[in-house]
Amino acid sequence: MIRLTRRYRFSASHRLHSACLSDTENWELYGKCNNPHGHGHDYVLEVSVRGPIDPASGRVADVAALDRLVGDHVLRVLDHKNLNVEVPEFATAVPTTENLAFAIRDRIERSWAAAFPGPWPRLERIRVQETKRNSFEIRNEE
Amino acid sequence: MFITRRVEFSASHACFNANLSEAENRALYGPSANRHGHGHNYVVEATLEGNPDPVTGMVFDLKRLKEILNREVVELMDHRFLNCEVPPFDRVVPTTENLAREIWKRIEPHVRSTDVRLHAVRVYETEDLYVDYFGEAA
Repeated sequence: MIRLTRRYRFSASHRLHSACLSDTENWELYGKCNNPHGHGHDYVLEVSVRGPIDPASGRVADVAALDRLVGDHVLRVLDHKNLNVEVPEFATAVPTTENLAFAIRDRIERSWAAAFPGPWPRLERIRVQETKRNSFEIRNEE
Repeated sequence: MFITRRVEFSASHACFNANLSEAENRALYGPSANRHGHGHNYVVEATLEGNPDPVTGMVFDLKRLKEILNREVVELMDHRFLNCEVPPFDRVVPTTENLAREIWKRIEPHVRSTDVRLHAVRVYETEDLYVDYFGEAA
């Protein structure tokens, strides 16, 4: 088994504000991330896949197919967008990077079988870096 | 505890399978199939797992690990055309996956002991593409 990781970048704006809380509570919880006009980040996304090395190709995954999947179903949706306004998942959910990581994972998983119809490779890990100082990682345990 | 040493080398490679046609290789590997080769600044990280020795306070002597990586990887591969000059890549496609597996095979016997095992070999082909190999058993 080998794990291959591909790194992507996108830039987006967001505002952290929970509809379940008052304006004062939101400000206390999220601080400057609650600025009504929003703010943005240059996100870095890492997608890791796992599988055996195919003896014929010497590869674990078709990287071009992974790029198309992530490009069409993640980057096209998120890059240079206002997450709260333009991305359906965040019509209700707060676009924290935790929720963003789950949204990206779900989008990739929904399109996985079309991109990779065989038993391998499998999606193993999603890591989203909001800034150089914080990152959020989901591992698919089997 | 896990300890990691990083080395770098620059090499050229071409990804094609001699059993496939030119068109099939292009479809499979894209521009990497160009027979004349192209290059990367590879970064290799070797991660060892073990507990610090009570006398030395070290899991493994990192100077020794550097020497092993230099001897088994850098001196053989740096500024080489992998397909032409570095066996087994005259017959094994030098994808990053196969490179990681080959590096594992070359260094693992030199780091293995009763107290230490090679945990992973990571090879960055570029900043945006890397593989982790954990051995045949993993």
